[in-house]
Amino acid sequence: MSNITPLKTEVEQALIAQGAGIAPDRKAAFERFLESGLPHRRVEAYHYTDLRALLKSAPPPAKAGGKVSVISPLADIDADIITLVDGRYEASLSSTPPKGVSVKMATTLADDGSAQKSVLSSDPVIALNAAFSDSALDIAIDAKTELVKPLIIRLVTTAAHASYPRVRVTVGDHAKAFIVESHEGGVAGALIDSVLEVRMGDHVAFDHLRLNVTDRAATVLTSFGGAMGKESLYRGHNFVVGGALSRHQIFFRFEGEQSKAEISSASLLNKKQHADSTLVVDHAVPECQSREFFAHVLDDESIGVFQGKIIVRPGAQQTDGKMMSRAIVLEDGATMNNKPELEIFADDVACGHGATVGALDEDLLFYLRARGLPKAEAEALMLQAFVGEALESIEHDGIRDVLEALAEQWLKARSA
Amino acid sequence: MLEIRNLHVAIEDGSKKILNGLNLTIRDGEVAAIMGPNGSGKSTLSYVIAGKDDYEVLDGEILLDGKNLLEMEPDARAAAGVFLAFQYPLEIPGVATMTFLKAALNAQRKGRGEDELTTPDFMKRVKAGAEKLGIPQDMLKRGLNVGFSGGEKKRMEILQMALLEPSIGILDETDSGLDIDALKIVSEGVNALRSAKRSFLVITHYQRLLNYIVPDTVHVMSKGQIVRTGGKELAFELEANGYADYVTNAAA
Repeated sequence: MSNITPLKTEVEQALIAQGAGIAPDRKAAFERFLESGLPHRRVEAYHYTDLRALLKSAPPPAKAGGKVSVISPLADIDADIITLVDGRYEASLSSTPPKGVSVKMATTLADDGSAQKSVLSSDPVIALNAAFSDSALDIAIDAKTELVKPLIIRLVTTAAHASYPRVRVTVGDHAKAFIVESHEGGVAGALIDSVLEVRMGDHVAFDHLRLNVTDRAATVLTSFGGAMGKESLYRGHNFVVGGALSRHQIFFRFEGEQSKAEISSASLLNKKQHADSTLVVDHAVPECQSREFFAHVLDDESIGVFQGKIIVRPGAQQTDGKMMSRAIVLEDGATMNNKPELEIFADDVACGHGATVGALDEDLLFYLRARGLPKAEAEALMLQAFVGEALESIEHDGIRDVLEALAEQWLKARSA
Repeated sequence: MLEIRNLHVAIEDGSKKILNGLNLTIRDGEVAAIMGPNGSGKSTLSYVIAGKDDYEVLDGEILLDGKNLLEMEPDARAAAGVFLAFQYPLEIPGVATMTFLKAALNAQRKGRGEDELTTPDFMKRVKAGAEKLGIPQDMLKRGLNVGFSGGEKKRMEILQMALLEPSIGILDETDSGLDIDALKIVSEGVNALRSAKRSFLVITHYQRLLNYIVPDTVHVMSKGQIVRTGGKELAFELEANGYADYVTNAAA
């Protein structure tokens, strides 16, 4: 049964047509995508996010960047900015890179099948990005560079077409940086399939935020591949309020000992939004520590997905990995899917995971109301506290404030 | 004045009746104690006054200064002057105690049509109240009740009561889990709030608390009714003889 090639859907046929004249250096990636086609519910990693069923159209790739009209929620943050409009670098909306950072466009995109194999999986969404991405933005942060300001990469979508941005970052030894990937704009029918790869050296401190404030009708598929050297710290955050259909994939790999990763995520969803957070943390070497915390607030008929896997490779002794998913379901029509997994091939490790799904605690709600808080205000306070837990590890006060304000705005809209 | 007339209450699904025609009047400035065995309905009474939804009121009324509490949401009851000090105060991780206190205080003021407090005015009130109850400043910055000891939680309840200035304070087994020093601090906090306009309903198993918060009246509750009413000496009698008489001859 499994060898039978399924009929291609309309969307798949459109993608095949778009790939007809593809450049030779991208052909291998395109063929990798063709082998699997759009992933569907019988593909384990896409069981809860069946792209074959959910993806309604495959718009043609953007030919050029459009006109940017959206204002970033991070506009007031003192930061260095790089803007990609419909997947293309836009110099007029980008600042001069700070000292120790070089930014350039690579016109030829090496097939990721070999070079980044250790970081990125053979995921079909990433293969599709590799096939259609015109060029990659290469950002190099020199060794010992400590960036004072966050570096915000705005990925803005302006029309109902597809964009396949790819950003590659190298972080030199002893460097310290905070990179924000801010997905903005988008309209109904827009498809974003982005990949951010970050190679971190040794003794690095790297903070990363993926923000999804796209139009609530857009499809946003984002992948992050991180590989880290020894004695380093990665702090990753994910914040989702936008997108009709979104999936954020995190593939993180420890390649040096005594490093630490803290990954947290908050998704606030309503109406018919579908948001998937998929995480693979690969402990390939001993003595690393990972902490993952994913929070979902689900209203109306929204659907949340959390898939988290911690892999401990043979010999990765003294691994310490803990993963937690918590969801609050506000309406009976909303759904949360949790799939935590541990794959452990070493015997001296401490790993654990937990997942909870529930309504707001009635007793707590009564306690707050008995102190005079009206129901909507009491619920908002509880939800803000719940989301706050996923945001508290963000070191940058200004950016944390922006995210808290976005959460507050979401809660206000709910009770209005 | 709090007036409870012929109150009949069952748990929500109606399967079990807990209050069976309870009558109780507490005048302005009065401290009334309710004592009674486990399961007599004391905590239920406190929850029904405060407005918890887990109960169904089958008959009767509860009036606070003539206003019908049973027709009001819990937050409206709070704004009208009801304060319930919980037996087990809840923890709210992620909500700083200060944030919570300010939200509660301003929500009640708004509910009464008053202006919100300015931040300096609010801070001054909290500081003064906390000092009296021996609550250190760093506790106010932490998540509400998170990691607080039993005694600290009870002191925090009394601080909230002091800030919210209710017309009736209901203390639901405030003495449970308190050592003698904490009991003294909490009682002093309550006594400082006694006034000609404010009344209290003190629910307790033991007479010990009533040594510190001396009641004007003592009511014995059994099987969902007040079965005997007397002065503070009634508490000593109960301490000496136990509740056995009331459990077997309730409503006699």
